[in-house]
Amino acid sequence: MWKWEYVEKIMPKLLEAIPVAVGAALAGFTLAVLLGLPIALARRSRNRWLSAPVAAAAEFVRSTPLLVQLFVLVFVLPQSFGIRLSPFWAGVLGLGIHYSTYLSEVYRSGIEAVPKGQWEAAIALNFGKWRTWRRIVLPQSVPPTLPVMGNYLITMFKETPTLSAITVVELLMTAKIAGSASFRYVEAFTLVGLIFLLLSYPSALLVRLLEQRMQRREGRVTSR
Amino acid sequence: MDGLHLELLPPLLKGFKTTLMLTALSIVAALVFAMLAGLARMSLRVWFRWPAAAYVEVFRGTSLLVQLFWIYFALPMLLDIQLSAMTAAVLALSLNYGAYGSEVVRSSIAAVPKGQTEAAIALNMTPSQRLRSIILPQAWRMMLPGFGNLQIELLKGTSLVYLITLADVTYQAMMLRTYDLSSTAAIFVWLLVLYFAAASVLTWLVRFAERRAAAGRS
Repeated sequence: MWKWEYVEKIMPKLLEAIPVAVGAALAGFTLAVLLGLPIALARRSRNRWLSAPVAAAAEFVRSTPLLVQLFVLVFVLPQSFGIRLSPFWAGVLGLGIHYSTYLSEVYRSGIEAVPKGQWEAAIALNFGKWRTWRRIVLPQSVPPTLPVMGNYLITMFKETPTLSAITVVELLMTAKIAGSASFRYVEAFTLVGLIFLLLSYPSALLVRLLEQRMQRREGRVTSR
Repeated sequence: MDGLHLELLPPLLKGFKTTLMLTALSIVAALVFAMLAGLARMSLRVWFRWPAAAYVEVFRGTSLLVQLFWIYFALPMLLDIQLSAMTAAVLALSLNYGAYGSEVVRSSIAAVPKGQTEAAIALNMTPSQRLRSIILPQAWRMMLPGFGNLQIELLKGTSLVYLITLADVTYQAMMLRTYDLSSTAAIFVWLLVLYFAAASVLTWLVRFAERRAAAGRS
C-alpha cells in the first residue's frame, strides 16, 4: 500500500511548497497584527459612531468562514470594484483580515489587564492621551500577549490549506496535484499532515516555553 | 424586490439545511470525543492517557482541511472501504474539534476545587459517582464558554466540505454563480448573512445554556 519510492518522488515538490505556506502565514499574520490594534482601540472608543460599526463588522467577519471571505476577495472584488489580486495576495489579505478580528481581542485582553493605577498615574503626571497610550498602556499590555499571538501565528499557518481553494499552490494543493496524477493519495496527504505536525508541534512547544518563562518572571516581579 | 435578489434564497436554503445538519451532527460527535479524550488525558492509567494525548496533538497539530482530505481520499484507499462525503465530513469535523474541546474539558475539570473531590471521597462515593454527581456538574459550567467558541469555529469549518463536493450552502452558492455570474456579489452577501445568522443562533443557545447552568448559584 505504502510505496517509499513514490514518497521519494513527491517529497521534493512538497518541500518546495513549504515557503509558500509559511510566507502566506507570516504575511497574513503581519497584516492581522497591524489591523488588530486599531480595531481594538476603535471598539474601546467612547464615540458610539465609531465603536458600534467597528464592533459589528468585526463580529461579522469573525462569525463567517474564511473560505467564503476568500471567494469574495477573488470573485466579487474584481467584478464589482475592479480590484484584481493575485491568488497569493488575496489569500494573505483574507487571512489577515479574518485573524485581525481575533488579534483585536488579544489586544483588548492585554489592555484590560493594565492596572487602573497606571491610568491614574498617567493622569496625575499630566500625560496626554497619545503619550499615555504610547508610553504607559501599550508597553505594558502588548508583551504579556506575545504567547497568545504566537499561537495565532501557528493557527494561521494551519489555515493555509484553505488557500488551495483559490488556487494558491501551497502544500495541500501540491499534494492534490501529485496525488491525482498517479492516483495515490495515501502517501501525498499523509506527508502533508506529517509536515504540518512537524512544523507546528515544535512551534507550539516553543510558545508554551515562552509562556512559562514569562509567568515565572511575572511571579518574581509581583513577589518583590 | 429585485435589489435583494430574493430568488437566490430557495437554492441557498437547500444547501443551508445540509450545513445545519452537518453542524448539528458534528457538534454532538465532537462533544463525545472531547469528553472521552479529556477524561482519558486525566486518567492515572498510561494506556488511556497516552493514546488520548497522541490523538489530541495530532488533530490539533494538523489542519482541518488536510484531515478532511485524508479521511475522504486516503483513508478509503488504505482500508479499501467506501466513505460518503457526509460521513467523512462529520468524522473530520468532530475529530478535529473534539481534540480542541478535550482541552476545554481538561482545564475545566482541573479548575474544580480539590476540596470537592476530597469531600466526595469523605462521603464514601465511588469514583464514577464522584465524577457524575460532583465534578462534572461543576466543570460543565466552566466548559460552556469554551464550547461556545468552538461551535462557531466548527460552523465556519463546515464550509470546507464544499471542497469534497458535499452540497452544503457554500457549494450551492458556487453552483448558483456558475449559472449567473452577474449576481456573484448578491450570492456571496446572502451566503455570508446565512452563516452569520447561524452563528448568532449558536451564540444565543450557548448563552441560554450558561444561564441555566448558573441558575441557583451566585
